[in-house]
Amino acid sequence: MESAVFLIASALSLVGGVGVVTARQPIHSALSLLVVLASLAVLYLLLLAEFLAVLQVILYAGAILVLFLFVIMLLHAHSPELHPSPKLGRSHTATAVISATLLFGLLAGAVLQALGGRVVAPPPPGFGSPEAVGRALFTAFLLPFELAGLLLLVGIVTGVVLGKAPERREAGRPEEGRPAREEVLTRGGRR
Amino acid sequence: MGLVVPWIIGLPLAGWILNGLWGGRLGHRPVGWIACSAVLGAFILGGWEVLALLRAPADAAVVVRLWEWIASGDFRIEAALRLDRLSALMVLVVTGVGFLIHVYSVGYMHGEEGYSRYFAYLNLFVASMLLLVLANNLLVLFVGWELVGLCSYLLIGFWFEREEAARAGRKAFVVNRIGDAAFVLGVCLLFVLFGTLNFEEMARRVRAVPSGQLAMATLLLFVGATGKSAQLPLYVWLPDAMEGPTPVSALIHAATMVTAGVFLVARLWPLFAALDILPNIVAAVGAITALFAATVAVTQVDLKRILAYSTISQIGYMFLGLGAGSATSGLFHLTTHAFFKALLFLSAGSVMHALSGVIDVRRLGGLGRAMPLTTASFLVGACALSGIPPFAGFFSKEHILESAYHAGLIHLWLVGVVTAGLTALYITRAAILAFGDPPADPHAHPHEAPPVMAWPMIVLLILSAAGGFLGAQALGDPFHQYLAPLFEKKTVPPARGLDGLVLGAVSVAAAAAGIVVAWAVYRGRRDPDLGAVGVFLRRQWYIEDLYRAVVVAPAEAVARFCAGVVDLRWIDGVLNGLAAWIARIGTGVRRWQSGYVRQYAAVFLVGTVLAVSYWLFR
Amino acid sequence: MTVPPAAYVLLSTLLFVLGALGVLLRRTALIVFMSIELMLNSVNLAFLSFARMHADLSGQLVAFFVLVVAAVEVVVGLAILVDIFRTRDTVDVDEVDLLRG
Repeated sequence: MESAVFLIASALSLVGGVGVVTARQPIHSALSLLVVLASLAVLYLLLLAEFLAVLQVILYAGAILVLFLFVIMLLHAHSPELHPSPKLGRSHTATAVISATLLFGLLAGAVLQALGGRVVAPPPPGFGSPEAVGRALFTAFLLPFELAGLLLLVGIVTGVVLGKAPERREAGRPEEGRPAREEVLTRGGRR
Repeated sequence: MGLVVPWIIGLPLAGWILNGLWGGRLGHRPVGWIACSAVLGAFILGGWEVLALLRAPADAAVVVRLWEWIASGDFRIEAALRLDRLSALMVLVVTGVGFLIHVYSVGYMHGEEGYSRYFAYLNLFVASMLLLVLANNLLVLFVGWELVGLCSYLLIGFWFEREEAARAGRKAFVVNRIGDAAFVLGVCLLFVLFGTLNFEEMARRVRAVPSGQLAMATLLLFVGATGKSAQLPLYVWLPDAMEGPTPVSALIHAATMVTAGVFLVARLWPLFAALDILPNIVAAVGAITALFAATVAVTQVDLKRILAYSTISQIGYMFLGLGAGSATSGLFHLTTHAFFKALLFLSAGSVMHALSGVIDVRRLGGLGRAMPLTTASFLVGACALSGIPPFAGFFSKEHILESAYHAGLIHLWLVGVVTAGLTALYITRAAILAFGDPPADPHAHPHEAPPVMAWPMIVLLILSAAGGFLGAQALGDPFHQYLAPLFEKKTVPPARGLDGLVLGAVSVAAAAAGIVVAWAVYRGRRDPDLGAVGVFLRRQWYIEDLYRAVVVAPAEAVARFCAGVVDLRWIDGVLNGLAAWIARIGTGVRRWQSGYVRQYAAVFLVGTVLAVSYWLFR
Repeated sequence: MTVPPAAYVLLSTLLFVLGALGVLLRRTALIVFMSIELMLNSVNLAFLSFARMHADLSGQLVAFFVLVVAAVEVVVGLAILVDIFRTRDTVDVDEVDLLRG
């Protein structure tokens, strides 16, 4: 049973992965990413990481991916690959492919050598439950937890600051400023 | 007594410092006063010391030890001064004539831009020359020797913006350097032989030293002397040195610096006289140089150059006298020559001053009426130079020729007589062409020299006319009496009686013949062409051309090679090449800064692969 | 566990390499970002596999924090991307080469 689910989920994730990397349009890439995220969530469940599987769905698929979609819609820029003018030529592609293949080979080899034929004991009950993770989070991993909170704050501030519309008006240049303001006022006023 | 001697050098030295550092701010009048009074002060002190020495025994000397200069194992040299009859004589000559020329310079250099620099250098020169003559050992003498060479360079190239002057200064310095190289070798050899460089001690130990090496050492020193005193083979710098201001030519290149070689030989006379071969070499070189220079002087058209070759010739006489065994005759001629050569140069300077720098005798003439004093000065100097009695040059030159004859150097005596005739010839030619009628430029309006220039000329005129009596037999030859004790049995007194009269008549006849021939040929200011002989003489027997081909051209070629190839192509090439290579590396590395994030990421990946493989296969 | 843990890790490796290729070979900034997310996810998978293997919860905690950081990173990265798009009107990563030496 487990094997079947694993096979399907991993196949899906691979298909999705390929899709992310090879899609023409960003929107297609985003949807492929969704497939990947979902199948990975399933795999997490197989690995007895329930809490994280749920988090994966809520955070990754539900928030981060949505953010991507928003930005895709906001930019609605065409894919640059439709107008080929690559600055990095074939040597770059070759290097990338060769190194990636090499990396995969090395890692795969190492993995198989280290983990091949390993027998895994069943873990204690409650492994991967929200309670267990939460307990660890607030005891052994308290410091990283706090720091993560700080990091989130930084992210919020960054998002607000960078996301603000650029200020075009300056004091002392009323001509440029006034039409924009009038425009805004009129719109607001007509409501 | 010992306290006074250092100040003989110290006063001109102070003058140099004062005028050198603050001359610009002091203004021309104070500068002139400082310079002249410094030298006059030295003269007075020197005179005071001479009076004291005359009352002392003949070989008395005042030795002033200033400080221990070098103390390196066995090599110990003191900075010490020695005032004896010889150095006292030189002090008087240097400061006396020097003072007159300083005063003359106040007028000659009036309004010049480098006025204070000129007087600073001139004072420095006097101080250096005094150090040279007052030195107690050979190394201190050498310091003075080098310093006068430096001052000569500085003053020849005084108008350094003029290319010829700068070149002449360099030439003087380089040729002197060659002589100095020989000098230094000689000094080293002497130290090895004697273990000391002190004159008195070397004189005492001269018998104990192997003669072959002593001969070599003295020969080397003599080569150095030929450089400083402009004899063959190192004379070539003196004619070009005329580029300097005329008072400089008078003081340095006639009266004093060029006589330093003569003084050196006189100072080291015990060493020279210990062998037979050295005095012969000295005399021969002197005589041949005298003849050679006189022949060249006949063909020159630059008045100062005529006088320059004349100086070379007359110094040859001094060496002849020394080499013939009569140090007093050489030194007497040194003294009288200082008088009349300085006089001749100052007259020439007066002419240049009056005619805005014209010195080509073909363009002069007709100056007798407008410049009586200058003309008279030149004529008196000419007579003294020619050896016409009773002028000063007669007595000194006569003494030299007699010494040569009595020493058995008959051929050299003959050379000396012929040279005397030539001397009279060329100086008469110069006098006719420069001062005689008709003038080359009828519209020139020369004026006589101003008093500040005239009075020194008058003093020198009197000395040139009457100074010979210092060596006159009739008065008991005080000069010889003064110096002879220093040279013991090594010096020949002037001949007495019939011998002396006959020899004297011969040389006077030679001089008279020279004058008559010159009058005949050049009367009316004609300057006939002497044809091929003339060219040969004018080109100094092609000696300088020889030097140029054999020494100068190869040296210049080597210099050009070093500058153009070694320095420019190799050294600069290596350095520039290194810089270019580094720049090329930089440009190459620059390609990694493409700005493309993807490329940077690719580098990450490659690095990761390398790191992983390292860890896996460790 | 019937499926060997090696399989999970191998899958993780494969997804990682895929993501790396995507980062290197695509020029659209958004797709590059998503490839990065793919790589992060693959790493999460590996950590969770190891956690399961060793029955150690730390692996899951690490994955948790990776998730948090990924979220922040996406926010910041997309904000920057939007800014760049506003000024330069392009999403081609090759166009942003001002750090060229």
